Amino acid sequence: MSIQAIQIQKTFGSYRALDDVSLEVPDGKLVSLLGPSGSGKTTLLRILAGLEFPDSVETSRVLFHGKDVTATPAGKRGVGFVFQHYALFKHMTVASNIAFGLQSLPRRERPSRDQIKARVAELLGLVQLDGLAKRYPSELSGGQRQRVALARALAMRPKVLLLDEPFGALDAKVRKDLRRWLRTFQEEIKVTTVFVTHDQEEALELADEVVIMNNAKIEQVGGPQTVYDRPVSPFVIEFLGNVNRFVAGVGSSRSPDRPRDVLYVRPHDVELEPEESETHDYALKAKVQHIFSAGNYGRVTLERLGTHEPFEAEVARERLRELDLRPGKVVSVVFRHVRLFPKGQFLEADIKDGKLEAVAG
Amino acid sequence: MEAKKTMHAPKLHRFRASSVPRTRFATTEHPAVRWLLTGITVTFLTVFLLFPLFTVFHEAFSRGMEMYLASFDDRFIRHSIKLTLMTAAIAVPLNLIFGIAAAWAVTKFDFRGKSLLVTVIDLPFSVSPVIAGFVFILIFGAHGYLGPWVEKAGIQIVFAFPGIVLATTFGTVPFIARELIPLMEAQGRDEEYAAMTLGASGWRTFFKVTLPNVKWGLFYGVILCNARAMGEFGGVEVVSGSISGRTNTMTLQIQQLYFDYATVPAFAVASVLAFLALVTLILKNALEWWSHR
Ligand SMILES: Nc1ncnc2c1ncn2[C@@H]1O[C@H](COP(=O)(O)OP(=O)(O)OP(=O)(O)O)[C@@H](O)[C@H]1O
Ligand SMILES: [Mg+2]
Repeated sequence: MSIQAIQIQKTFGSYRALDDVSLEVPDGKLVSLLGPSGSGKTTLLRILAGLEFPDSVETSRVLFHGKDVTATPAGKRGVGFVFQHYALFKHMTVASNIAFGLQSLPRRERPSRDQIKARVAELLGLVQLDGLAKRYPSELSGGQRQRVALARALAMRPKVLLLDEPFGALDAKVRKDLRRWLRTFQEEIKVTTVFVTHDQEEALELADEVVIMNNAKIEQVGGPQTVYDRPVSPFVIEFLGNVNRFVAGVGSSRSPDRPRDVLYVRPHDVELEPEESETHDYALKAKVQHIFSAGNYGRVTLERLGTHEPFEAEVARERLRELDLRPGKVVSVVFRHVRLFPKGQFLEADIKDGKLEAVAG
Repeated sequence: MEAKKTMHAPKLHRFRASSVPRTRFATTEHPAVRWLLTGITVTFLTVFLLFPLFTVFHEAFSRGMEMYLASFDDRFIRHSIKLTLMTAAIAVPLNLIFGIAAAWAVTKFDFRGKSLLVTVIDLPFSVSPVIAGFVFILIFGAHGYLGPWVEKAGIQIVFAFPGIVLATTFGTVPFIARELIPLMEAQGRDEEYAAMTLGASGWRTFFKVTLPNVKWGLFYGVILCNARAMGEFGGVEVVSGSISGRTNTMTLQIQQLYFDYATVPAFAVASVLAFLALVTLILKNALEWWSHR
């Protein structure tokens, strides 16, 4: 089932939590809402769920598969919701938790006792928790609780699955496992899914589409590759992945097209050369501060000479050895690819033969 | 909140006792100060609580068991006990319904004037029961605002059973609500929201999700409310008119018996109330123990 949110406006008292937010989630896709704390992610998700309502149900609208559900309460929307802190029913066993929705159905529609039992067993298998049916939530680990919450949300075969920071309270390893598991699982059952996170890695790895929110507004919507490679604003580029920020301008004064705005360079677009090497206008000199190498790449932190701006470079291990880098050593730095946002526009540039060359698009 | 404290205290205590020598963790005060404080507390409790309690039972049984039991043969005494039980049987359920409704409204919804409502719930704690009794007379008495109307309807409120119930209910309003509000506040609303997304009705959500989460606090509130309802005096004295055999509750009967120099019966009835208080305390502790096991 596709979801459409149109011009959602939500205020709490005088505080604007969502400012004219519009969003479309195609059927069967997994979309993540990514943004800093307080940007309105949970509020938007709760409005999609019907746990919260926009200021006006006339100007703001929520459509499920083209049908207006703006004023429909949560229980009638057919959504599964997973809460950040699980919100499992503490005094019920795992099995009763999962069966709760089915048992809430009016008698005519309610499956028989045996059917419910079978469905619970099926769901427990699905979330790989066979054998834990009789436990209470307090007797489960965080990851297990989260999966019970998921099973409970799926019991009613929702057309839409909404998850609010589902892995927020788990440690890194469990998080990663559950994330992969959710991805395969979602592909299998093809339920339209929206999940909130403030972990960019999680969003980029998991989602078909990433919605980046900031300050009650949507900054950018796009595939993970697109938002990472073609950020539309300084906020997005700074929020997604590591990026170096140069305020002081790059290049010598001779250069006529010297950028004066803030310039962004990803660490993997920073190339290091021996100090004395032939360089061009956009090169600069920097002193090595610290080298950390794990895997095929080494992370080098440097400080720009003159302005003392700190920045980071990602350098192949072999290259590190060739350069014979040590803390304190001065190197020439060349950027392969930069991004700048002159006068609110976005400009992406490659540096070829010492010239800033705009990339079309 | 109070229930929470008692839950953590014993654990912390055990931790201290086992891991580090206790003196290291005890306060840094001089031992003399500690002894002094403990001494004051024990003396105070003895003089103001234990000794009176002992006196009640001592006086009640001063002429032996037979005399004690004979006190309860008295028609007026029996009536007063019956009246007190009936009053509590109405006042407690009323406050149960009100307490749950108020706690639910305050913790699960946002609305204007919420903090005012919470303050008003506490009113009976800050207003003297005697004043409350007079207010009911002013409202329902023969010359009260609603007096003529009530008379026309053929109901007698003041100097009758309904008045006693009103005064008792008023005095015990805060107990259940006050017990539930912090508890439900701490629970948050997520479980209710979860039940909502699963399609549960409001009733089902309340009975299957909210109520089981607060049941111990609720029991606790009911017990306290009941104890207070049976012990109510000031307000009831004003509205009831203290008519023996008609509007005398246990507390009023005790006072009257004592004034009539019927010491043994007076203390015998008092011992029933004291006994009730002890049972309440035991139940309260048992509940705490059960709920935090
Ligand atoms: N019920 C409420 N009453 C008042 N203000 C609220 C309410 N719910 C949310 N807000 C405010 O709206 C803003 C957005 O909140 P929201 O919970 O949507 O943020 P979020 O993006 O989910 O943040 P986080 O990552 O911290 O969960 C916040 O400033 C918050 O204080
Ligand atoms: Mg949130």
